[in-house]
Amino acid sequence: MSTATSTESKELAPVSAESLAALLVAKERPPRPSALSASLTFGWRAILKIKHVPEQLFDVTAFPIMMVLMYTYLFGGALAGSPREYIQFLLPGILVMSVVMITMYTGVSVNTDIEKGVFDRFRSLPIWRPSTMVGYLLGDALRYTIASVVMLTVGLILGYRPDGGIVGVLAGIALLVAFSFAFSWIWTMFGLLLRTEKSVMGVSMMVIFPLTFLSNVFVDPRTMPGWLQAFVNNSPITHLASAVRGLMAGDWPTAEVAWSLGWAGLFVLVFGPVTMRLYNRK
Amino acid sequence: MSAHPSGLAIETAGLVKTFGTTRAVDGVDLSVPAGTVYGVLGPNGAGKTTTVKMLATLLRPDGGQAHVFGHDVVREADQVRSRVSLTGQYASVDEDLTGTENLVLLARLLGHGKRAAQLRAQQLLEAFGLTEAAGKQVKHYSGGMRRRIDIAASILNTPDLLFLDEPTTGLDPRSRNHVWDIVRAVVAQGTTVLLTTQYLDEADQLASRIAVIDRGKVIAEGTKGELKSSVGAGSVHLRLRDPEQRPQAREVLRLALDADVQLEPDPVALTARVGTGSANGQGAAEQAARALAELARSGITVDNFSLGQPSLDEVFLALTGHDTQARDTDGAAGTAGHDTKDEAAA
Repeated sequence: MSTATSTESKELAPVSAESLAALLVAKERPPRPSALSASLTFGWRAILKIKHVPEQLFDVTAFPIMMVLMYTYLFGGALAGSPREYIQFLLPGILVMSVVMITMYTGVSVNTDIEKGVFDRFRSLPIWRPSTMVGYLLGDALRYTIASVVMLTVGLILGYRPDGGIVGVLAGIALLVAFSFAFSWIWTMFGLLLRTEKSVMGVSMMVIFPLTFLSNVFVDPRTMPGWLQAFVNNSPITHLASAVRGLMAGDWPTAEVAWSLGWAGLFVLVFGPVTMRLYNRK
Repeated sequence: MSAHPSGLAIETAGLVKTFGTTRAVDGVDLSVPAGTVYGVLGPNGAGKTTTVKMLATLLRPDGGQAHVFGHDVVREADQVRSRVSLTGQYASVDEDLTGTENLVLLARLLGHGKRAAQLRAQQLLEAFGLTEAAGKQVKHYSGGMRRRIDIAASILNTPDLLFLDEPTTGLDPRSRNHVWDIVRAVVAQGTTVLLTTQYLDEADQLASRIAVIDRGKVIAEGTKGELKSSVGAGSVHLRLRDPEQRPQAREVLRLALDADVQLEPDPVALTARVGTGSANGQGAAEQAARALAELARSGITVDNFSLGQPSLDEVFLALTGHDTQARDTDGAAGTAGHDTKDEAAA
């Protein structure tokens, strides 16, 4: 901004003082928007950003396709006899893993936004404080949905046949998106806490890799050593993967769904307030 | 104007903000009457932006008190937010969105319905001469256009108090005049404006009262006339043909103007303040003319002569005894158009 040029304003139309005065005279001030309305407006902003920079959909299209193809053919033969059989087990898991991995971009976009001029303007508005953050997450929920649809499509082409039918698949995706929305509050926290985009990426990787790989996404935990089973069986990602796998298979696994939602609630309750504290203190 | 009963838009007492060991704002007292333009003048790093950020509820003060229209900026932050708007390089608009999208977004956040937001955005873009650029992403805007859209975003709802934090830093003179026109139009409708600036002439053009701030403290405050009479109405810049004559010229000027004369780094240049003690610069030109005549009589050849308003550096020198350079800690922000000079005077 400070690199303003000196030749720029040649063709800039003059300011119309009269029409400006007429606009300023109208001092009506509408009532402040509801929490939902403000959040949805910020969600709309996220969608506008996707519209202007569609490349940012790369991570929810190309990356998930790569994940499905890679792991299906890499492990399929060894772990389940054939890729076609393995994908029945793998697809819901790899779906969970990929989408949860994609959530970490939330932290990066929050972090880059703070550096830009618009952040303080949002903070100076008389609106429900968390709506800025909820807006990011709503936009991201759309991205998670896109990623899920892309992966399912690839899976179906490769021979994945969910027994749960359309309802089971939709329920699985809904649970995954809801969980990811809640889980992302970790990233909004890091996005506000850490100073650079790179450090946000670094920390995110440190959290996300162990968390997603140390789960039942790829293999049954019974083959793991006991100490690792203890971790894997209690990981929120394992619960989520089991729940999504069950829903898509038409089993309606109540306990696993409850565990997943419980973890989701916990993430919001812990990291939501921390995020907002950082946001207000920034 | 729904001003606070006291008639003050802003009232601060002993406002303090520290960053680590630096006291960025060190006991600032301000009283800004409603319905006026109040200028806060100071160099980079003086604490202007930090003060504005505290008043706009973006930073929490570490000490002292601040009220905006009678509302405490910490305890009643929400009431303050609904009355004020802010424009600064840090509080602008989303570069990835178009002009229209930005204004509609903010109008929606201020509670306007979809159609009302669209209409308001369109009208503002029109009034600001940005209709053609309405569909372009703001990152492709020029500096002058950026400042316009920033200000437009701040008056979507006519604010009772508008903070303009260095609104013309880095702009060319023409764009600068446009911004000044906008500020005048806003004030004419009753909005109070707190303007921070590094340029004395900007404060002079727009503000009715001015506070000079340095190292986190208000070092002078008053009407324009009061401030000027303490600083001197202007300064004379001279370039001689022969550097050998400089010491003599200095002596002649000192006697003729009854003021300190500074030697510039340029071996043929001198600067002196004129009009000290007169409220509105009266007599500055006469004094300067007299000084020129004296120089001619002493046989000193003057190549170049100019009489101008005191620069911020000169104001600072007069008020603090040190120049602005010493405080210029953050070189990142747009630098002032005035050259800082070494204090060469003995």
